[in-house]
Amino acid sequence: MTDAATLVDWAVQLSLALLCLSFAVTVYRVIRGPTLPDRILALDMLVATAIGFIAVIGIKTGYTLYVDIAIALGLVGFLATVAFSRFILARGPVQGDDGGVETAREGNSANE
Amino acid sequence: MRTLIFRTVAPYLSSLMVLFSVFVLLRGHNEPGGGFIGGLIAASAFAIYGIACGVSPVRRALYFHPMGISGAGLLMASVAGLLSVFSGVPFMTGLWLYVPIFREELALSTVLLFDVGVYFVVVGAITSIALALEEREGD
Repeated sequence: MTDAATLVDWAVQLSLALLCLSFAVTVYRVIRGPTLPDRILALDMLVATAIGFIAVIGIKTGYTLYVDIAIALGLVGFLATVAFSRFILARGPVQGDDGGVETAREGNSANE
Repeated sequence: MRTLIFRTVAPYLSSLMVLFSVFVLLRGHNEPGGGFIGGLIAASAFAIYGIACGVSPVRRALYFHPMGISGAGLLMASVAGLLSVFSGVPFMTGLWLYVPIFREELALSTVLLFDVGVYFVVVGAITSIALALEEREGD
């Protein structure tokens, strides 16, 4: 019994560490990401990491209500990604390495 | 959006989201959840369907105008409050009705009616906003 408990405890600790690492790497991609689609995919990945955190915390505390929050987050986070990609499609192929002057000007002309 | 994968998946995904929203709505009495969050999830489902397949399929699937759904929900919520007049208790007092079904007790209440009304108000209003934005962006 104690063997299994220690195994689960170690697994929870390890997965929390891995999720923290994944979160940090993804945040780096959000900040550094050369193009807008990179950043949007990174945000989607952040949502996935948050779902993982919720699942692990749910196992750690035994509070299964968190799983429903994870389901809702998965469904709604997908909507956010879809809306962002639709925004990219509507904006057209603007090639800017960073959110520079060209991108801002294109955005303004698209708004008007 | 002209995406085959997304367009194929979107009906299943949105039906799953509507199912989950009804689950959240009905669970909301004793556990976290309720009409508002359930309505938001359902409205997200209709928004995904609208982004994938266009606005007119959503309007056809909804059958009623979204503002009509919203108005019906507001009427349901108000009626749930007004029902307490007939029992001589203050406005919006919860009235309970225990229906025996399959040797279990099904607890019906005006609170449930009010929550379903809130659900419909949120679904109608948010879907109406989302579809209007989608329609305007489409051209």
